[in-house]
Amino acid sequence: MLTLDVTHSYPGFQLRVQQALPSSGITALFGRSGSGKSTLLRVIAGLDAGAKGRVAWQNEVWQDSNHFTPPHKRGLGFVFQDTRLFPHLTVAQNLAYADTRAKGLPGPSLDAIIAALDLDPLMSRRPTTLSGGEASRAAIGRALLTRPRMLLMDEPLAALDEARKAEILPYLERLRDQIGTPMLYVSHNMAEVARLATHLMLIDAGRITHHGPIEALLSDPSIAHTLGVREAGSILCATLTAQDDDGLSQLTTSAGPLWLPQVTAPIGSRIRVRLLAQDVILSRSAPTGLSALNILPATVTDVRTGDGPGALVQLRAGDDLILARITRRSATALGLAVGTRCFAILKSVSVARGNIGTTPSNPPATL
Amino acid sequence: MSIPDLGPLWLSLHLAAITTLLLLVLGTPLAWWLAQTRSRAKPVVEALTALPLVLPPTVLGFYLLILFSPSSTFGGFWLQTTGETLTFSFTGLVIASILYSLPFTVQPLQAAFESIGRAPLEAAASLRASPFDSFLTVAAPMAKRGFLTAMVLSFTHTLGEFGVVLMVGGNIPGKTKVISIAIYEHVETINYADAHVLSAILLVFSFVTLLLVYSLNRRFAHGGQA
Repeated sequence: MLTLDVTHSYPGFQLRVQQALPSSGITALFGRSGSGKSTLLRVIAGLDAGAKGRVAWQNEVWQDSNHFTPPHKRGLGFVFQDTRLFPHLTVAQNLAYADTRAKGLPGPSLDAIIAALDLDPLMSRRPTTLSGGEASRAAIGRALLTRPRMLLMDEPLAALDEARKAEILPYLERLRDQIGTPMLYVSHNMAEVARLATHLMLIDAGRITHHGPIEALLSDPSIAHTLGVREAGSILCATLTAQDDDGLSQLTTSAGPLWLPQVTAPIGSRIRVRLLAQDVILSRSAPTGLSALNILPATVTDVRTGDGPGALVQLRAGDDLILARITRRSATALGLAVGTRCFAILKSVSVARGNIGTTPSNPPATL
Repeated sequence: MSIPDLGPLWLSLHLAAITTLLLLVLGTPLAWWLAQTRSRAKPVVEALTALPLVLPPTVLGFYLLILFSPSSTFGGFWLQTTGETLTFSFTGLVIASILYSLPFTVQPLQAAFESIGRAPLEAAASLRASPFDSFLTVAAPMAKRGFLTAMVLSFTHTLGEFGVVLMVGGNIPGKTKVISIAIYEHVETINYADAHVLSAILLVFSFVTLLLVYSLNRRFAHGGQA
């Protein structure tokens, strides 16, 4: 566990964080530009010596009023937004730079990292000749080869276009599920966070406003406004049970079956689906004669109305929580209140490919 | 055409080589400090380092002559510990040349270190490299053009040294009679033939050296270096 009690001020900005971070899974640090995400990451890594307060890992104090552990002795990995691969070294030499300085430490082998990130074809190349996505993969691999106690990632995909991002995300899921190094992942992209994170910390104006397991936070209607209602959406966990002939994949959720277009994963895989609140339709009676394939029985657990014409409804469907964004008028017309039984309707094709990913089925294995 | 005494040429090359080597040892930490520090003393140190660029060599030489004199604290201390005087000696010339060529080592190195910036060093620290480790394995290789420029400029600048040598070293064959002094002497004694040969050697040598540096720089640039 990483415990933080730090303040860091510079003109026009103050970071003040008192927080314990889990030492497993991926914790996403989410906030808009200038909210202090990167600053907090640099403070944890010891790259910003101007911060005051206390930083400790388990029983090891890295920073307090009379002690400061320099960054190279903290045993943290850091993936910078601009990759920072050494230009005078090849990819293989960049990886070896980390590997030789972490000799004898437990963690994934060089071969395991090369395989997981598909780095073999890049080994003899110089960083300047790599594409954005290739450079990101090499930088992530290099950081993992320091056998870090925790990997800090500062918007590693921010510089990439959507296509490149989609190319990297499966690699990160694979690292999360196979390598098991705990990560603190800074991002301002909710789709990315929903794919990867197990925990979520929201940061605004230098303060942590919310934190908790990602499924709980993303299905909390009181937080949706902080995230932006268009981005609001819950995470549904499912198992891939069949690939149908017409291109649809059958997923089984705790509330019933779900059909989504072409989920490419082996049968039996655990899949996480991000359901955008605005893509969910509610009905009081079981709908018939509807083109939508996905109809899950659910119970209303919360209804939030704001100043605008919208309303956010939280529903329990089996073990999962779903968020639906409907109009206030509809909420009134349907008489939705806590305890109301209804049906959540989801159009199969409305779930974008980028919102479907894998999720760890077992405790992360160590390679 | 007769071949003049080449002793002064070898002496100059010897002096330039030793000076360059010592400057590399002394100038690198100084340049590194200047590139990294946020100290308020930085502009003072920068100005002091750059002083030999603007100061007339005779002025530098004059002060060194006073400093080296056995009646001064430094000169006296040197005489006591080594049994030799610094004035009109090769050692004195080396010390003078180090000061005289200091900016030609420090400035290119400082510029090279500054252009590398903090980012690669932070990356190295995040890969468990100590500051010294990251200097050797990241900063120094990334600054290799700066090192090449610093070495070549310091070497050629020392080779062409005249005013300071005249003030502190005089004209002692085999000890302080460097090539520029020899050329001056040949001209004074109207021995233009020998002055021509020595000048031509210096001209060709300087040109070839610079040509080599610029060609190498071009190769570095095309090798995909930042």
